[in-house]
Amino acid sequence: MSITTFVIISIIKSFVVVAVLLTAVAYSVWLERKVSARIQNRWGPTRVGPFGLLQPLADGAKFIFKEDLTQPHVYKPLYIAAPIISLVFAITAISVIPFGNWVNIGPWGTYLQITDLNIGLLVVLGITSMGVYGVALAGWSSNNKYSLLGGLRASAQMISYEVSLGLSLVGVLIMAGSLSLREIVDAQGGTFWGFIPRWNIFHGQTVAFFIYLISAYAETNRTPFDLPEAESELVAGYHTEYSAMKFAMFFMAEYANMVTVACLATLLFLGGWHGPIFGPPILQDLMPVFWFCLKVFFFMFLYVWVRWTLPRFRYDQLMAFGWKVLLPLAVANIVVTALIVAWRA
Amino acid sequence: MFHLILFLFFGVICVAGAVNLLVQSHPINSALSLIAVMASLAAEYLLLGAEFVAAVQVIVYAGAIMVLFVITIMLLNAGKEERSKGSRVAILIGVPGVVIGGVLVAWTLLHRSNAEAVPIGALKGDPSDIARLLFHDFLLPFEVTSVLILIAIMGAVVLASRPEAVARGPRKDG
Repeated sequence: MSITTFVIISIIKSFVVVAVLLTAVAYSVWLERKVSARIQNRWGPTRVGPFGLLQPLADGAKFIFKEDLTQPHVYKPLYIAAPIISLVFAITAISVIPFGNWVNIGPWGTYLQITDLNIGLLVVLGITSMGVYGVALAGWSSNNKYSLLGGLRASAQMISYEVSLGLSLVGVLIMAGSLSLREIVDAQGGTFWGFIPRWNIFHGQTVAFFIYLISAYAETNRTPFDLPEAESELVAGYHTEYSAMKFAMFFMAEYANMVTVACLATLLFLGGWHGPIFGPPILQDLMPVFWFCLKVFFFMFLYVWVRWTLPRFRYDQLMAFGWKVLLPLAVANIVVTALIVAWRA
Repeated sequence: MFHLILFLFFGVICVAGAVNLLVQSHPINSALSLIAVMASLAAEYLLLGAEFVAAVQVIVYAGAIMVLFVITIMLLNAGKEERSKGSRVAILIGVPGVVIGGVLVAWTLLHRSNAEAVPIGALKGDPSDIARLLFHDFLLPFEVTSVLILIAIMGAVVLASRPEAVARGPRKDG
């Protein structure tokens, strides 16, 4: 492949992936409103388009035309930079996520992934860890006590749960022997006894999966860990002083982070794009992507389901749970996995 | 060629961030400059071919340690720094001293040591290579360092906790 073809294919892939991600973000909001309405015995959005399907577009237009308020007491450079930081890192993290196998389009072939790195997983962790700055700086630069408390809570919570999140992934890495997301998924192909898939969740990493799931909810500041924006205590938390598109950027960053976390859970624990493949060749190329999207959708639905079912933790419960329960469990999981792998070798 | 341009670009950002760190009078701006320095250093490692070191640089330094810096600044609500006029001795002796020292170190490294310059992208930065070095060839120094860090953490906890809490023992109500 010449350098020109490589650049053109990469640019096309980047555009497609970002467009799909932003659409997924918009429709996750729609999903959240619809499912929450069902749970509370309401209808949710119905007026704009069939089943309210055009509601995200209407919301987007509204965000653009709203008045963009900048309070006189904010520290302006960081106040403007914070939502940009949040959104940029939330979108960048998708760049190493693989969506499917190798596909051939005419004379060209490509992996369904923007780029494959041999440290892919670490790249995702690094980028998401930088996303904390958006929230922390938003809280500080707003110069408002509710914002500051929200920002402090968010950063403390994200640092705490990042530890157990990272450690819960080590078991998977020991099993796969690689940091490349593509190789981790390839290691999960095949089945046990012909019908149970060899996904990591069925392959000794069940505890790690639940540790990952809980930490991921805390990392993305979702209920039951939504203390950074607890309405009853902090007005709206770190984005109290934001309006119009700046607020929308925080909102989009939150949902983009949820999509990334759901993609990672799918890749690491649910076998990525593995699933039953059948039918004509064109369908066989598309089936892996379908399975991948289905699993990601399952996690997005779970997010919404949990949010409208569980109440919020108290702050000391949150910290105690992270450091005294999840962290020791994650370490124990690493030790047991390492012992079993070493014994088998 | 493209790599070299990128390398120089991030090198300039790194030095500019370091200078900005000293010049800024508000602590949060200094902390953010330090993050820029760390992140551009990670980009330099990546360009040299040390991918693992680059990722760890971002996760540990830019992602974890600097967040703690920023939180501390936010919690203490540290205001602007008060400038002194600066001493004449520092300008007359300190600045030329730093320049001479830097030139000496650079000259020694370039001409008197056996180390060679690494061409771009040639560094062995594969995670498995680093794992073999850390957990096989240098296992004892690595483990001793981790114990040293553990001791430092325990020392910090003892110093930070109130003396009456230490004397009373662990709290029962948890």
